[in-house]
Amino acid sequence: MTAVFGDADEAVAGIADGSTVLIGGFGMAGMPVQLIDALIRQGATDLTVVSNNAGNGDTGLAALLAAGRVRKVICSFPRQSDSWVFDGLYLAGKIELEVVPQGTLAERMRAAGAGIGAFYCPTGVGTPLAENKETRTIDGRDYVLEYPIKGDVALVGAHIGDRMGNLVYRKTARNFGPVMATAATLTIAQVGRVVETGELDPETVVTPCIYVDRILDLSEAEAAR
Amino acid sequence: MTVAPEPAGRTAEHLDRGPLSRDELAAVVARDIPRGSFVNLGIGQPTMVADHLPADAGIVLHTENGMLGMGPAAEGDEIDHDLVNAGKIPVTELPGASYFHHADSFAMMRGGHLDVCVLGAFQVSERGDLANWHTGAPGAIPAVGGAMDLAIGAKNVFVMMTLFSRDGTPKLVPECTYPLTGPACVSRLYTDLAVFRIGPEGVTVLETYGTTVKELASRLDVALRTLGGW
Repeated sequence: MTAVFGDADEAVAGIADGSTVLIGGFGMAGMPVQLIDALIRQGATDLTVVSNNAGNGDTGLAALLAAGRVRKVICSFPRQSDSWVFDGLYLAGKIELEVVPQGTLAERMRAAGAGIGAFYCPTGVGTPLAENKETRTIDGRDYVLEYPIKGDVALVGAHIGDRMGNLVYRKTARNFGPVMATAATLTIAQVGRVVETGELDPETVVTPCIYVDRILDLSEAEAAR
Repeated sequence: MTVAPEPAGRTAEHLDRGPLSRDELAAVVARDIPRGSFVNLGIGQPTMVADHLPADAGIVLHTENGMLGMGPAAEGDEIDHDLVNAGKIPVTELPGASYFHHADSFAMMRGGHLDVCVLGAFQVSERGDLANWHTGAPGAIPAVGGAMDLAIGAKNVFVMMTLFSRDGTPKLVPECTYPLTGPACVSRLYTDLAVFRIGPEGVTVLETYGTTVKELASRLDVALRTLGGW
């Protein structure tokens, strides 16, 4: 049963120290900023964050890093023109980094959500990112064995949700959301608005409600302010 | 559509002109992308190739953050922060566009469904090894993004770069000294001074701009073949 919240702080209640948190978004597109801000207020620390980037500017994920709550980042592309918060922590040795090719990052989470124990992937073979990993040649091609990434919590941004927890996304803000929603024990989605059950065309639902535990309705949060 | 066309006959030395500008280089890459291809243009310089693709060529652009049918950069009222390209630049959608999540987007790449990708590079080796993600320098923050997935996934990997670094060091080398993005994956190398085909037979010069094969051979530590047996 999906719970709908109008209050971001209630939506993130109970996230434990040491959690692995999957955070959607590609740059700022699809980044669940209100949930991240609430997580900062909630106070969980010693987190491992899995996200494509390692924060942009000073808001969202960057603010979580700046607050000192993150022990390790697993991402594909930390270095950007506006990743100064991460860059400073990394160069000061205050944060751990695991760089994963972007497609492997997505597939490792897909595997976690789909019950796959590990998979052979051609990406990264012959590069430093395959060092110390098992490899196998299948039909003459080399593959590296990659393991799932399972989250304790996923924070994703979607466009519209219904009261059951079905989600639709908007344009390229979809990115990692649908995959992360499947890969965590507790999935929390922030949406622009919540509609009544039955209002979403079932053919257009991208994330079925089975994957969604909590929804933050931003239109209600906005109205309450 | 799996093989990009190449000039028939002989290696062409264009000596009536200087090296290619960045924009001219993008036009040469665009010229070699077959009609009807599905194409991914890497961030940075490869993005310029889009400006030279003929509108009637039926070429569909893929962006790794989950879209086919990407249009030009958005301007003014078109800017929508939910619609960005791999470089996080606001873009537009063309008729026939589609959106999909990241695992599907990379399945498209890894699964060999893209005809061509165009990437920048620090170095390319004579076997087609690509190095474009990390200098390995102390203090450098590694960031790979989708480069490794594209390098091993696209049917044709085109690289565009200058042939020499600012201090004159060749970037087409016998062996990459930077960490690899992918081994033996580059099939075409487009540079300001020459276009090369790279394959099991080695490095073949297809065209030169403002220089000769002989001069290139003297500056590169790589055996160069030519078309047309000269």
